[in-house]
Amino acid sequence: METHPHPATYYVPASSIWPLVGSVALLSLGAGFALLLNEQPVGPYLVAIGAGILLIMLIGWFGDVIDETQAGKHAEQVETSFRWGMVWFIFSEVMFFAGFFGALFYARNLAVPMLADAQILWPGFSASWPTAGPGTDATITPVAAWGLPALNTLILLSSGATVTWAHWGVLQGRKNQLLLGLALTVILGALFIALQIHEYGDAAFSIRDGIYGATFYLLTGFHGVHVMLGTAMLFVIFWRALFGHFTARRHFAFEAVAWYWHFVDVVWLLLFVFVYWL
Amino acid sequence: MNTTTISDTASHHDEHDAPTGIARWLASTNHKDIGTLYLWFSLFMFFFAGALAMLVRAELFQPGLQLFQPEVFNQLTTMHGLIMIFGAIMPALVGFANWQIPLMIGAPDMAFPRLNNWSFWLLPAAGILLIATFFVPGGAISGGWTMYPPLYIQGGMAYDISILAIHILGISSIMGAINIITTILNMRAPGMTLMKMPLFVWTWLITAFLLVAVMPVLAAAITMLLTDRHFGTHFFNAAGGGDPVMFQHIFWFFGHPEVYIMILPAFGIISTTIPAFARKPLFGYASMVYAVASIAFLSFIVWAHHMFTTGMPVGGQLFFMYTTMLIAIPTGVKVFNWVATLWRGSITFETPMLFSIAFVCLFTIGGFSGLVLALVPVDIQLQDTYYVVAHFHYVLFSGSAMAIMAGVYYWLPKWSGRMYNETLGKLHFWLTAIAFNITFFPMHFLGLAGMPRRIPDYALQFADFNMISSIGGFMLGVSQLLFLYNVVQCIRRGTPAADKPWEGADTLEWTLSSPPPYHSFVTPPHIK
Repeated sequence: METHPHPATYYVPASSIWPLVGSVALLSLGAGFALLLNEQPVGPYLVAIGAGILLIMLIGWFGDVIDETQAGKHAEQVETSFRWGMVWFIFSEVMFFAGFFGALFYARNLAVPMLADAQILWPGFSASWPTAGPGTDATITPVAAWGLPALNTLILLSSGATVTWAHWGVLQGRKNQLLLGLALTVILGALFIALQIHEYGDAAFSIRDGIYGATFYLLTGFHGVHVMLGTAMLFVIFWRALFGHFTARRHFAFEAVAWYWHFVDVVWLLLFVFVYWL
Repeated sequence: MNTTTISDTASHHDEHDAPTGIARWLASTNHKDIGTLYLWFSLFMFFFAGALAMLVRAELFQPGLQLFQPEVFNQLTTMHGLIMIFGAIMPALVGFANWQIPLMIGAPDMAFPRLNNWSFWLLPAAGILLIATFFVPGGAISGGWTMYPPLYIQGGMAYDISILAIHILGISSIMGAINIITTILNMRAPGMTLMKMPLFVWTWLITAFLLVAVMPVLAAAITMLLTDRHFGTHFFNAAGGGDPVMFQHIFWFFGHPEVYIMILPAFGIISTTIPAFARKPLFGYASMVYAVASIAFLSFIVWAHHMFTTGMPVGGQLFFMYTTMLIAIPTGVKVFNWVATLWRGSITFETPMLFSIAFVCLFTIGGFSGLVLALVPVDIQLQDTYYVVAHFHYVLFSGSAMAIMAGVYYWLPKWSGRMYNETLGKLHFWLTAIAFNITFFPMHFLGLAGMPRRIPDYALQFADFNMISSIGGFMLGVSQLLFLYNVVQCIRRGTPAADKPWEGADTLEWTLSSPPPYHSFVTPPHIK
């Protein structure tokens, strides 16, 4: 049954400099971003340096792990650890989005109606959604749900299907199906991002337009960043698949990225329903 | 609880990957070294934030403004709280997790050793940022560790730096928690079923779950603060349809589980030390596990009890009052079980046991004052008074911090291979316990009499109790130097410790040598 190399003990890696490099990167990024926000000239440089170091760290660290996997150092128990790790990482991401969805529901169902009920500060304000708030006369024309957002929903759902098709490919040892499925998924992800940027350009309101603009742009913006990250991860997986890193039995990196991609899909469905549609 | 057969302890290969010099610490993938780093970092931060508290007590020694302008005073209280929570208590408990969880479940290391090292090295990065805020224009953040808007949105550069530092701390906590959960779920030795795990491991499993669940919510909240500050959003601005109260809801959805993150591992330590020194198995092991799980569950539905005076419908106040009072039930189960463990035990009173018994007594006082504060009509009187300060120091200092001290004295012989000085340890305990009560017990009276917190000056009627409290505070601060001295002396020239220096200790780590080999349980032990 055991056809792959199966070390007897749990693989504990030797010393690695990457964690420290990553900490230096985040220190530089954090300090630089704070300085940048306060218009200090050194800020952008620190951000650029931090981002550069972070990129080097990611390439180096993931490179090490990929080399270890290819060398057969990761026994099944290690792979189970990776699975648990990815599950709980995605759970933490779910909770991050839950914070912003909580803000959306709180504002829409509690804060805005209470402002309208109170009438102390802004007499004559009546609750509505979308709203730019009682402090402005601006009205908000939301993005029509059944236009571009519906198309984007179709694109992301299709990309969920293509990544699953690629999964069937790797399970059945059909490398071409795996590669084609991954390529389609990457293309659909990139298409989604392009359309989302187009939608931002056409939107008749900005992040400054009250609680609607704030919740709209932070929710869709963070989702968009996650799609970009997912697309980049899928691209790396495509590259690894090209080099034949995955077998029908051992392809957890593929699965992890596929899980992540489905998570991004589900967040989009919630966004479509609660931000664009209802 | 664990009767164990150890097949292989002495023959571990120390020659494999035992790096020396600075690289050993900077690039470590060893759970023991990383645990040690966590513990030293937290001790440094404990003294730093403790020094801030000394300055606070110096200002409050007499009425009138003595040493600091009010805004500096508020920086001191805010940074004392923030650093004690994120820099001292949490890293200390993660340090325990790193050292003890693999040893207690018979694992060779943490599940993700490199990630583990990153979790640690992010802490100094965040610590540098936090401490640097004292030196930027406008000084450190001063609106309280809870970061409420609109105050937090109006401040200077320190506010941005602190937000980014907390993001880094959050990344560290989330990765650390994922590592701990994965280690416990996937790396237990054969035969170590979930219900055979030492209670310390159980408390950390549940704590890690709380961390993964709520640290991202804090990240969302402070991200909204940052965008409100610099990107023109109106999350917490009523003019744009937002609500500053919304921040409090999101913050405390994180904040209440957070206080249990700081106490549940402390429960785990106490549930280890009390059976060891009472020489009896823990009374009601299963009920202890269920109690911890219940406390964790309830922590998600009590958050608004921090906000009774902020404005809330009566229905909401009643809901949060009753759910808060429900927490007393599982907590009571734990306290009664500790007492029942002591019942008819062959008790000896070494330093860890003294701290443990003080924990049970003093934490319970903090629990009772928490019940008092849970009552809406009472809380409306006591909100933001020194009664609240007394309450959370009874749960956080005589709770978390004293449990950490109990744990350090208990496991130091195992970690360092040397015994600490018992006389000095007992002296440290008695000074700490007495000074703690001199410092914080009078605060109950001050709060009931109406003295508000976070104010550098006070009415003359509060002068006597404040002076007593300050004297106690200085005693408490100085006593901790004894702790530092004792730990350093133990490591440098303590007498060699036996493999199992505590007669009643029965968990897996005591089957190893003191100190344990650099790589322990490379071949997993079999648990009967």
